[in-house]
Amino acid sequence: MTVNSSQQSEILGHFGPYGGRFVPEALIEALDSLTAAYESAKADPTFAAELDHLHKTYTGRPSIITEVPRFAEHAGGARIILKREDLNHTGSHKINNVLGQALLVKRMGKKRIIAETGAGQHGVASATAAALMGLECVVYMGEEDTKRQSLNVARMKLLGADVVPVTQGSKTLKDAINEAMRDWVTNVDTTHYLLGTVAGPHPFPTMVRDFHRIIGVEARAQVLELTGKLPDAVLACVGGGSNAIGIFHPFIDDTSVRLIGLEAGGSGVASGKHAATITGGTPGVLHGTRSYVLQDENGQTVESHSISAGLDYPGVGPEHAYLSDIGRAEYQAITDDEAMQAFSLLSKTEGIIPAIETAHALAGAIKIGRELGPDSTLLINLSGRGDKDVDTAARYFGIPL
Amino acid sequence: MTALSQLFEKTRGENRAALIGYLPAGFPSHQECIDAVTAMVEGGVDAIEIGFPYSDPVMDGPIIQAAADLSLSQGTGAKEVFSTLKAVTSLGTPAVVMTYWNPIERYGVENFAHSIAEAGGSGVITPDLTIEEALPWRAAVKKEEINSIFVVAPSTKDDRLAQVTAECSGFIYAASLMGVTGTRTSVSSSAKDLVTRIRKVSTTPVSVGLGVSTREQAHEVAQYADGVIVGSAFIRLLQESQSMGEGLIRVRELAQSLAQGVRR
Ligand SMILES: Cc1ncc(COP(=O)(O)O)c(C=O)c1O
Repeated sequence: MTVNSSQQSEILGHFGPYGGRFVPEALIEALDSLTAAYESAKADPTFAAELDHLHKTYTGRPSIITEVPRFAEHAGGARIILKREDLNHTGSHKINNVLGQALLVKRMGKKRIIAETGAGQHGVASATAAALMGLECVVYMGEEDTKRQSLNVARMKLLGADVVPVTQGSKTLKDAINEAMRDWVTNVDTTHYLLGTVAGPHPFPTMVRDFHRIIGVEARAQVLELTGKLPDAVLACVGGGSNAIGIFHPFIDDTSVRLIGLEAGGSGVASGKHAATITGGTPGVLHGTRSYVLQDENGQTVESHSISAGLDYPGVGPEHAYLSDIGRAEYQAITDDEAMQAFSLLSKTEGIIPAIETAHALAGAIKIGRELGPDSTLLINLSGRGDKDVDTAARYFGIPL
Repeated sequence: MTALSQLFEKTRGENRAALIGYLPAGFPSHQECIDAVTAMVEGGVDAIEIGFPYSDPVMDGPIIQAAADLSLSQGTGAKEVFSTLKAVTSLGTPAVVMTYWNPIERYGVENFAHSIAEAGGSGVITPDLTIEEALPWRAAVKKEEINSIFVVAPSTKDDRLAQVTAECSGFIYAASLMGVTGTRTSVSSSAKDLVTRIRKVSTTPVSVGLGVSTREQAHEVAQYADGVIVGSAFIRLLQESQSMGEGLIRVRELAQSLAQGVRR
């Protein structure tokens, strides 16, 4: 099977029936110039060299891989390898995309960036890049999330960014994106919208994926070197889907490798209180792209629920919708409780505190490891570290603060 | 020819612009929306846009967002939108529905166009549907013989302006400025420039929306456009009024004043 998703998306931003552009006409010119700037940057070796230099001297790439045998004892004895995106500067995979787009912003001559954030990791990464490159930065964040992730709000402010709490709707990531889009429509001449995941209108799903492919490219080589073979499965948590597509994409043509995305099951998909968009949603349009959406019979977006702010989103990137439909990737839901158990387990068995987002992938690994047994090898994208989640986790486990 | 297209023939003959009023279905409530639209028509509004309230209105400012939230909290859906549309067209007033794309896709593209025609509607304004994604919609609109109205913006380049306006019928919606809906103290100068550029590529009537709220602004826009669209200003009056009775009086007065404005 050849899944030539990248080729398709370069033309119209479509992945089968998904993707595309559903935006006010006012934004088309900005999206077209962004697409053109990105295409020209891709063809320019100095852009690749600049980004590579930042990866090496700022982010700390390549990120290492870590084998976790004590954790793996609880996962059917499978061989488990973590790709350590948590060790990147700012603490998650988000910096890969942010640095790529920030370099583009400089090429386009814009001076102001805006970003949405849920967990605050993308906001922190954006504020960081803005400080590094001398850009003005405004971050939209749902009011609910500013409470859940107050540490990251403080980090963004220390980095010199303006954090705007969004009080509309569910006061979470979806509403932060709405506000960012309104800002962009109004200030598009001077402002770049630095979208933080593989959703939104073309070219974002393609471009953001390309900036995160480095995760999978490095990890594929690292696992081959360590084990002499490809892993049996690659796992990642899926909010919008950026860390997942980053690690999946270089494995797409390796058809023996299962690609497994773990969505936020909240209190359980059957309860209706979840953020498992592919597992529990239907095709529709949200935030400029066609993909799976949590929606009601009138096409109104339904509020999502998750203990993890970064996965608490009722949409998902269009390429994941396509990979799911054609059967190349699988998507499963992990409940809040399963994620928190995996969070605790990795912390106590390996001394690595993961982000709660990432803990969904770890919980998935426990299930898949038990299914595939001790002869199997699983590669997991450890998308972020858990410092930002200490409050939430302490409350969950009843640890007095 | 739709009732909307007939209206523009009439207003062109009368040397004036058409006055188009917007209100979301179900705002402030299902029946009160119909009452308010009736007051708008009595005051001199020529055509009505019924909004299909949507959970994620990225083109709308705080006034319309609040109205949509209130409407949705009362359970407004496709059924209520079409019955409101029917109530307006029964007054003999040309009417269209304005909606973000997802409710259309969810309802079914062909079914949606059919239900519009069935309710006597003249067409649909689709602010977040790009022409690249509009193929099935164009077919459905053609089959039902209703108008497809796309929105163009000051940032739309000339070659694209020609492409998008070629897909418009009834009228072309020219967004007066780069931004979201809401009332503004003055009409952006970019509106006139945009209409001038549209005239070079299309003979379809052009209506200007976003930020028009007063008689003076309506008069200014009527000098160069075929239609003047007012939404947030009506909604704000209903939001600010102590009672629905007061709201209806103020809505009718604003409609009367704007109707004088659109006469050149
Ligand atoms: C550590 C971490 N992992 C995953 C995500 C989810 O985003 P995505 O699905 O785009 O990787 C987030 C988002 O905030 C995050 O902070």
